[in-house]
Amino acid sequence: MRFARRGTRAILAALALPLILLILWWVLTADSESYYLPPLSEILAAVDDVWLRSDRLSVDVLPSLLRLFAGFLLAVVMGVALGVAIGSSRRLRAFCEPVLEFLRAIPPPVLVPVLMLVAGIGDTMKVLVIVSGCVWPILLNTVEGVRAVDEVLVETARCYGLRGPARLWHLVIRSASPQIVAGLRQGLSIGIILMVISEMFAASNGLGFSIIQFQRTFAVTEMWTGILLLGLLGFLLATLMRLFERRALNWYFGLRQAQRGGSR
Amino acid sequence: MSIMTQTQNQTDTRTEVLLDVRAVRKVYEGHGRSVEAVRDLTFAVARGELVCVVGPSGAGKTTLLKCIAGLLAPTDGEVVLEGAAVDGPPPGMAVVFQEYGRSLFPWMTVRKNVELPLKQKKLPKARRAELVHQALEAVGLSDVQSAYPWQLSGGMQQRVAIARAIAYEPHILLMDEPFAAVDAQTRADLEDLVRSLWHRLGVTTLFVTHDIDEAVYLGQRVLVLSASPTVVLDDIAVDLPDERDQLTTRSSTRFAELRAQVFAQIQRAKKHRAGADHA
Repeated sequence: MRFARRGTRAILAALALPLILLILWWVLTADSESYYLPPLSEILAAVDDVWLRSDRLSVDVLPSLLRLFAGFLLAVVMGVALGVAIGSSRRLRAFCEPVLEFLRAIPPPVLVPVLMLVAGIGDTMKVLVIVSGCVWPILLNTVEGVRAVDEVLVETARCYGLRGPARLWHLVIRSASPQIVAGLRQGLSIGIILMVISEMFAASNGLGFSIIQFQRTFAVTEMWTGILLLGLLGFLLATLMRLFERRALNWYFGLRQAQRGGSR
Repeated sequence: MSIMTQTQNQTDTRTEVLLDVRAVRKVYEGHGRSVEAVRDLTFAVARGELVCVVGPSGAGKTTLLKCIAGLLAPTDGEVVLEGAAVDGPPPGMAVVFQEYGRSLFPWMTVRKNVELPLKQKKLPKARRAELVHQALEAVGLSDVQSAYPWQLSGGMQQRVAIARAIAYEPHILLMDEPFAAVDAQTRADLEDLVRSLWHRLGVTTLFVTHDIDEAVYLGQRVLVLSASPTVVLDDIAVDLPDERDQLTTRSSTRFAELRAQVFAQIQRAKKHRAGADHA
């Protein structure tokens, strides 16, 4: 009973600010005559026409999501694999670190023309742009996580014959998982930004492409609907990420609480 | 055969040497200076024995234990277990570390922690379940199998580590100051647990501690180490009755005598070191 009430209160608390902002937006733009700032009521009314009653969900939103998904997944595989390798070997780390710092400092959008030369202007290029940004936080966080594996745990694993893939999974990756997940979270938000940016160049469909199209054709109301949709998408993906984190790192939150001397 | 039904005959096992530590020396090199942690350690442990190693703090006890466990290569000398020189963690050995909070996998439940080494041994599932169940029952933790280690008290966590070690069915069990970080009452319980497990399973046990009382109470033999650089100062046979309990054993005259004997050696070791430091 008390738990349920606390749940309701948490949901209300989470929704309060978005609601206040929407109401403010609604009220402040209600009599707006500005061409660039149409009333929110108009924008919301247009959502239905622009996104739901057209084929934009399947023609634009779905391809964008698929590219984001592919890029993110590729970045996760590369980032975790390389991160485990680099984190496990001091020599490899000394060898790679300067180059990693250099590559990480390059903003992915400037790579778009270069990637176009290599990968053309199709989906491959867009996925690569997403990978080129997502991979860094995942890689660097994995390296740090792997480096921080507890010495006693390493010796325990050695004593009990934990080797090869079992050691990698049960000791190294699980132990680094809090940092890896932090990297995933950062990587995902960068991925969403790059998904849009990659569609600003030489694209023929996509959520980012649509928004740019609306801008260029002065379809301001439509443009605003796209921006709202993009925000909503980011929020949804972040929520999914948090659910995943709760599941995967349940032990970690419990352990930290126990170490702080709190009761669960 | 169940691990719980093994029995041992302590009188005729003294002859067969299980662990042979031969002239082990360990020098740590680094940053332009070398530190001799262990100078010359030679001793043997017979199959089925329970031997305690006691020494002042900083006596290179952990170094010695790591050399025996194959985690650290000695600079000179060798460790021979069951006739084979140790050059990596041997398969028939289980180790219980002092830092129970750091030697259990926090992302695994108690049961999974105990079971993981058995999976590495490629034991069939039914056998694993049997061993896990028996081991947890033996340490009195049958009812917390699906808890996580961090949900348990320190003493219980160390029981899980002990259960993991005995489920592994080792030929030798190494314990590195396992009860140094638990409170006194839990410690007494865990000491009795070690004695009773040793009785029931007959597993050869090398128990490292800095606590003189603990060494005398637990061991059949007590090896007294000097301060670093370490040598064996004395090898004392503990002729207390085999059935021991915290109250009568610890208050017996013989216990006091043995304790005093070990204590005198340790004091001598400390004084010796102080002298060496001044020289």
